[in-house]
Amino acid sequence: MTRKLLILLLVFLPFFDPNAYRVDVLATAALYALLALGLNIIVGFAGLLHLGYAAFFAVGAYTYALLNLNLGCPFWVGLPVSAAAAGAAGFLLGLPVMRVRGDYLAIVTLGFGEIVRIVVTNLEEWTGGPNGLLGIGHPVFFSYNFGVDSKPYYGLLLVLAAVVAWACSRLARSRIGLAWVAIREDELAAECSGIDVARFKLLALGLGGGIAGLAGCVFAAKQGTVTPDSFDFILSVMVLAMVILGGLGSVTGVILGAAVLSIAPELLRSFAIYRMLIFGIVMILLIRFRPQGLWGTAQIRKEMKGRHVSA
Amino acid sequence: MSLLKVDRLTKRFGGVVALDRISFSVERGRIVSLIGPNGAGKTTLFNCVTGVIRPEEGSILFGEENPDALHRCAPHEAARFGLARTFQNIRLFSNMSVMDNVIVGTHARRTAGLGEALWPFGQEARQERRWVQDRALRLLDQLGLELFAGRLAGTLSYGQQRRLELARALASDPELLLLDEPAAGLTYQEKQELSGFLLELKSRGLTILLIEHDMKVVMPISDWVVVLDYGAKIAEGPPKAVQDDPAVIEAYLGIRVVG
Repeated sequence: MTRKLLILLLVFLPFFDPNAYRVDVLATAALYALLALGLNIIVGFAGLLHLGYAAFFAVGAYTYALLNLNLGCPFWVGLPVSAAAAGAAGFLLGLPVMRVRGDYLAIVTLGFGEIVRIVVTNLEEWTGGPNGLLGIGHPVFFSYNFGVDSKPYYGLLLVLAAVVAWACSRLARSRIGLAWVAIREDELAAECSGIDVARFKLLALGLGGGIAGLAGCVFAAKQGTVTPDSFDFILSVMVLAMVILGGLGSVTGVILGAAVLSIAPELLRSFAIYRMLIFGIVMILLIRFRPQGLWGTAQIRKEMKGRHVSA
Repeated sequence: MSLLKVDRLTKRFGGVVALDRISFSVERGRIVSLIGPNGAGKTTLFNCVTGVIRPEEGSILFGEENPDALHRCAPHEAARFGLARTFQNIRLFSNMSVMDNVIVGTHARRTAGLGEALWPFGQEARQERRWVQDRALRLLDQLGLELFAGRLAGTLSYGQQRRLELARALASDPELLLLDEPAAGLTYQEKQELSGFLLELKSRGLTILLIEHDMKVVMPISDWVVVLDYGAKIAEGPPKAVQDDPAVIEAYLGIRVVG
């Protein structure tokens, strides 16, 4: 109970923080938490190694940007539409990649991520090409305009992340969650137990994509601009690293992973040039000594170890 | 009309004819055994029946009225029609609990989707969950695994893993149970228990198609035996008749050279 209160306190403290920079870092952390939760459905629950997750984020961001700029679509309408668009992108990606597994799946999704980024860069008439889109409308809540201040976005992202985290833990314990684990464990046995493997993989990609779409929409509204270089391969890798650091399949873990990996670089600004070096070393140490992640379940640890023998 | 009707089933792997125009049928409530030397095509036949691989020719019909065409369906559809199977080399979800393994087995009989996952408090969702729990516990109890419900499946002993696979298959409440060498690697005692359990399942109306090498298991419990060799059916009949069939003896022991 005290721990919960402490967490609540920590979460609400930033609303009274006069330092805009610190709040912005936290808003970014909440955004990453949302992304990590979404990718966790795909990689952690269903076991599909996805290396192009940033593409879904891009679809969400550009969907809202285009709707807002061309049709004057308000943020609160754009949010579900962006999620639906990114979810549909996940679904569409799923149809052709249903036939590939493991390493091949990683390659195809990596390609997908790059294709989306390159298409957005070259579709200048629509997306403004490398210059991106400017002047995207901020959210307006009744008469309150979110503007450029990070606080309301932090609040909104907290709410979204909390709702998604709650939904994810529910999912993990449901018939669907169990089916995902079964697929991850043994696809043939899962199929012979009556699990429509293709359908559940598509569901994971659709849901994961939809959550990235939510994040993308908030990102576009917060920045007021979107450019293709916000959605590069490094972003996909960062979110994946958060999921792995926190613990594949663990909802609490991936939130923790997102918080650590988005806040730590800010604290270590003075070592900025060594950032990638430190990051790499940490990842190697993690895989060596704690493959289940910071908060991962024992199940994942055994699975990781088991791979050497049974795969 | 029989429960399962395999008609002129042919499966080729490249130039190898793994199954050559196999026909036989399985009557409801019977135990039918599929025997034959290694490489005879028994597991290939199982894979065709459960939708894992698709045969080139022939048909597999399941059900008495309006039979389902198993030769054209996917494994999960076959499971939904009422088939359940075990595997020659045990395929459990080793990092899931014993209980969860059985619960996955009930998948085809459940309907809970996204709605029930996010809002599991409805009357129907509750009922379904209770049904699943009860069923899983009952099956674990029947197979003597109730004490291990919370353990990871991979930590069970070999014999227990075989039994868990059986429990998972039964969880879907199948009409036809396909067992691929369920007695392999079991002790004499365990084999006896298995035979007893299969007879009990039969008495409850379940139909069983069995692949087994151990004739001490096959002969006493089977109502009908189908013998395969090099992908072709060489004999079928009641256990006693098959045992004395010269073609079967030849397939297993070779031809006696006189002289």
